[in-house]
Amino acid sequence: MRHIISVLLENEAGALSRVAGLFSARGYNIESLTVAPTEDSTLSRMTVVTVGSDEVIEQITKQLNKLIDVVKVIDLSDGDHIERELMLVKVRAVGKDREEMKRMADIFRGRIIDVTDKDYTIELTGTGSKLDAFLKALDRGAILETVRTGASGIGRGERVLRV
Amino acid sequence: MKAKRPMIYTGGGVVLGGAAEELARLVRLLGFPCTNTLMGLGAFPATDRQFLGMLGMHGTYEANMAMQHCDVLLAIGARFDDRVIGNPKHFFAEPRTIIHVDIDPSSISKRVKVDIPIVGNVRDVLRDLIRHLDAAKEQPDREALKTWWTQIELWRSRDCLKYDRASAIIKPQYVIEKLYEVTKGEAFVTSDVGQHQMWAAQFYKFDKPRRWINSGGLGTMGFGLPAAMGVQLAHPGAAVACVTGEASVQMCIQELSTCKQYRLPIKVVNLNNKYMGMVRQWQEFFHGNRYAESYMDALPDFVKLAESYGHTGMKIEKPADVEPALKEAFARKDELVFMDFITDQTENVFPMVPGGKGLSEMILV
Repeated sequence: MRHIISVLLENEAGALSRVAGLFSARGYNIESLTVAPTEDSTLSRMTVVTVGSDEVIEQITKQLNKLIDVVKVIDLSDGDHIERELMLVKVRAVGKDREEMKRMADIFRGRIIDVTDKDYTIELTGTGSKLDAFLKALDRGAILETVRTGASGIGRGERVLRV
Repeated sequence: MKAKRPMIYTGGGVVLGGAAEELARLVRLLGFPCTNTLMGLGAFPATDRQFLGMLGMHGTYEANMAMQHCDVLLAIGARFDDRVIGNPKHFFAEPRTIIHVDIDPSSISKRVKVDIPIVGNVRDVLRDLIRHLDAAKEQPDREALKTWWTQIELWRSRDCLKYDRASAIIKPQYVIEKLYEVTKGEAFVTSDVGQHQMWAAQFYKFDKPRRWINSGGLGTMGFGLPAAMGVQLAHPGAAVACVTGEASVQMCIQELSTCKQYRLPIKVVNLNNKYMGMVRQWQEFFHGNRYAESYMDALPDFVKLAESYGHTGMKIEKPADVEPALKEAFARKDELVFMDFITDQTENVFPMVPGGKGLSEMILV
């Protein structure tokens, strides 16, 4: 099962490597991992997307809780949550493709944020599967470069992760 | 209370949590059998009839059989390590209810699924348990317990730790037995990693906690001598024995110099079989007697080595000399004595649960 785990941790050098080290030492999967400071600059918020059985996920959350740098952990997939990922795609846009690429970006509610006479850079936000769908819809040969941030997640409604 | 075949299994947590007294009360109150892990030795008196010895890869036959066949298992401050329960699938083939007391939630249901988890400080939990038991009307099923103990005594009568006492070469087990006698079971014993460690754990009967200092799951050769130094510094007048092997002791042999500087009168019990014995044992059992890189053709003269550091060295080659040597060494209260016991090269540690096998699939003598 795919799980999306949110972690509040000390915004300090080494905190990220502790978490990453835990995952690699114990052989847990990381599908994606994003981290950045929160409104409180002493804390960082991390979102880890991982895959594992219920027992493995239980161990991941327990082991994360054991780290000194970790302040709080929740498994967002336990309840309603929203998940977003940002992707930047550079595509070839010459000739008739130029119009086609613009149309595709519009359909997926993407925005073209950089243009040259040969290519577009498209910004797209959504769940991971929406981004996958967009890439699938494009002609593979037209894709010059992609960069994705990995998923960020937040609980719906009153579900809040804070100190 | 309804258990027909109960078992209490405790680990290093009981020692660290300072709950040995409470554990002894609980075990006696219930009348259940008790086993300790390598790290938990001394948490329950080893000379008590209710103690089945250490369990696990080199645990006793009775402890491992009781562990495998119990119907209710009370695990306290222990983590179901692979050296303790062997193959978890095999362990799970027998149905049983597991109650697990541990201060670390991540230890619970990590390797085996636990039915009743109790997260807390071992001492507090045990005190609460004892209080509830004292107040409870219900009593353990004495009739079933009697049958269970009869079975356990049958297992015990297998005498799984027997060895050749008539041997003309020094048996390492014999050295530890004599060490136990000479120190009256009162010594602080540290060890390194390997066969000597297992023999020390099997044959030195620890009645008190914090007498057995060991690196356990970290498996660090070279731990014994520095650990003994720390213990000796903490307990200046006490008898401190470092049970080691000729390979392990050389990992931190330079500390003999520190021992001289700080006048630490440690007694080093070097079980010298000119092999990395545990490696040799695995090579014999599982790798067709191919003894690669486990023999030691280039050993120092430990007596001269000890003397060069300004200590006393002894070389003991005959079984009859073991006890006098130990007595003499421990009588030299102000000196570090390095005893180099030349032991049987072919001796193996039994019982043994081979890696990946189940607890009841032991190799026995």
